[in-house]
Amino acid sequence: MSLTPDDVRHVAQLARLALTDDQLDVMSEQLGAILAYAEQVAEVATADVPATGHPLRLANVWRDDEPRPSLSPHEALAPAPAAENGRFRVPRIIGEQPGARPREEPAHG
Amino acid sequence: MAEDSALATSSAADLLDLLDRGETSAVEVTRAHLERITKTDETLKAFLTVLEDDALAHAAGIDQRRSAGEPVGPLAGVPLALKDLLCTRGIPTTCGSRILADYRPPYDAGVVERLREADAVVLGKTNMDEFAMGSSTENSAFAATRNPWDLQRVPGGSSGGSAAAVAGFQATVAVGTDTGGSIRQPAALCGLVGMKPTYGLASRYGLIAFGSSLDQAGPITRTVEDAARLFQAMCGHDPRDSTSLTDPVPDVMTGLNRGMEGLRVGVVTEMMGEGMEPGVRARVGEAIDRLEPLGAEVVEVSLPHVSYGLPAYYLIAPSEASSNLSRYDGVRYGLRLDGGDTEQMMAATRAEGFGPEVQRRIMIGTYALSAGYYDAYYAQAQRVRTLILRDFEEAFGRCDVLIGPTSPSVAFGLGEKTDDPLAMYLNDVYSVPASLAGLPALSLPAGLGEHDLPVGVQLIAGVLGEAVLFRAARALEAELAFDATPRGAHALDAP
Repeated sequence: MSLTPDDVRHVAQLARLALTDDQLDVMSEQLGAILAYAEQVAEVATADVPATGHPLRLANVWRDDEPRPSLSPHEALAPAPAAENGRFRVPRIIGEQPGARPREEPAHG
Repeated sequence: MAEDSALATSSAADLLDLLDRGETSAVEVTRAHLERITKTDETLKAFLTVLEDDALAHAAGIDQRRSAGEPVGPLAGVPLALKDLLCTRGIPTTCGSRILADYRPPYDAGVVERLREADAVVLGKTNMDEFAMGSSTENSAFAATRNPWDLQRVPGGSSGGSAAAVAGFQATVAVGTDTGGSIRQPAALCGLVGMKPTYGLASRYGLIAFGSSLDQAGPITRTVEDAARLFQAMCGHDPRDSTSLTDPVPDVMTGLNRGMEGLRVGVVTEMMGEGMEPGVRARVGEAIDRLEPLGAEVVEVSLPHVSYGLPAYYLIAPSEASSNLSRYDGVRYGLRLDGGDTEQMMAATRAEGFGPEVQRRIMIGTYALSAGYYDAYYAQAQRVRTLILRDFEEAFGRCDVLIGPTSPSVAFGLGEKTDDPLAMYLNDVYSVPASLAGLPALSLPAGLGEHDLPVGVQLIAGVLGEAVLFRAARALEAELAFDATPRGAHALDAP
C-alpha cells in the first residue's frame, strides 16, 4: 500500500487537520506502513461473513419523549471558547466571495 | 494508630477492616497518601491534578458519619485515583490532551458518581496517553509517567498514570479505561491486577469516547480482592448510556475464594506462539503449570483468527476515533485557534491541539471510512470481528476461562518505541481480541521476567463471566504469592 502526498493531503482536509508539508510527508510514510499491516484483514474475511459493529448485538434503546432536567444554557456554554447571547460563537461561515466551497464528505456505511 | 507507611501499602480490604475497627480514620488514610504523592510525584509524574482539599473534606465527612453511626458506602475511606479521561464536575479533565487542557466538565461520569456514592476518596486525576491512544503514556501532552519498578522505563498505557499511582503506593486503587488493553497492559507492566469488565457493565456516560464499541472502565489494584470490590462498586446500568447492559452485575464477592476446583481452563495455542520475550513465556508457562494441582482441568483451545485481531483493531478503533474526535472543533469546548473562516479555525485548532499519535489515528480512521476504501478496510475489519467472536464462542463452549500472556514484553525504556508507531501497536496483540469480542478480561502478576520486571498473565471469561474470572484469578494469585512492592536498583523507594 502506498499513499501519495496528495492522498494524504486529501484525507487531512476531510479530517480538518491543517498539517504542514513536512507533517504530510512523515504521515504518508507512517500511514503506508500501518495500512500495509492492516490489509491482512482481507486475507480471511470473505463477503459471506456478516460484519460486526458491536460485540453484544444490542438492540436500539428508546425512552419516553418526556422533558427531563438537563444542563442550563449557562452551564452548557461555560466550557465554550466563545459564546454570545446564549449561543456558541464561531467565525464567519460564509466567506467574502459569494457561494460556499464545494466539500467532499467521507462515505458512511 | 497505624503507621503512615503501613496505611500507604495496605490493600483496600485491609484499610476497610482498620477503619471499621476504628484503628485509623479516613482523614489519616487520606493524609498518608497525599503525603506520599507530595514526596514521590515529582519523580513518578502519575498525577495531572491532585485534589488535596476535596479529598480531605470528603474523608472528614466519612469519619463524621461513621462516628455518628450513620451509613457509609462500601469503599468508605479508600483512596482512589481516576484516569483523566473520566469527567469530573468542575475538576480539570484533560484526557492527556492540549485540546482539553482547560476543560472543566459540568458533570460527573456515571462510574465517578457510583464511586463517590461508595465513598471512595478521590485523590486526583492521573496521566494517560492522549485520548487513550498509546501503550506507554508517552503520548500525554503533559508529562511522561515513570514505572515505579524502574524509573527509566514506561508504566505502559494508556492508563499508565493510574497504574504508576497504585504501584507507587500513592493510591490504594485506581480506575483506568481499556479500549484495546489500556487497563491490562499497564497493570502487567507495573506488577498489578487490571480488569476490563464485559462491554456494557460500566457506564460510558462521561467517559471521553475513543472507540465507542470497545471502551470500558475498570479497576487497577494490587490485589484481586480489591479489584473485585472496585468492580462491584463501579458497575451497573446507566440509562444515560445507550449501550449500558440491563443485566444484573455479576456478584463477584460471594464466590471469590471458592478456588480453582472444577474449572476448565483453556490455554490458547495461538497466544503461546512466537513474539513474546522468553521471560514472559516462562512465567506464563509456570502459571499454567499451577492450574492442575489447584484442581482445574486444563485443555488446549484454538482461536484460529486471533492473529487478525490486531490489524482489525487498528482499523476499527481509529475509524470510531475519527468520528468521535470530530467534536473537538474549537466550538463547544476546548482549545480554539482563531484566524480565517470557521473551517480554517477548526483545522488550525485540531492541528495545534492534537498530538502526533492522535492525528495519525484520525487520519487512518478517516481514510478507512472514506469513499472507495470503506469496503476494503472498515467493512473487512468488521467481518474479522465476527470471526473472532465465533472463535471465542466455540472456545467458551468447552472452557470457563482462557489463559495466556497480557503483553509480549516487560516494561520497555522511555523513548524506545516512540519513533515506530507499528512497533508500539504490537504491545496490544494479546489484549485486543477480548476487546473486540466485548469479553471480561483480567491481568494479574505472574512473577518477574527480563530485567527482574513484572510479567502479567491474562485470564479471559465469557460474556458476564466475571464471577468465574475473579474466582480463578484469586486462586492463581494465592498460589503465585507475588509481592507487589517495586524493587531493584532503579525502583522508586518504598514508603
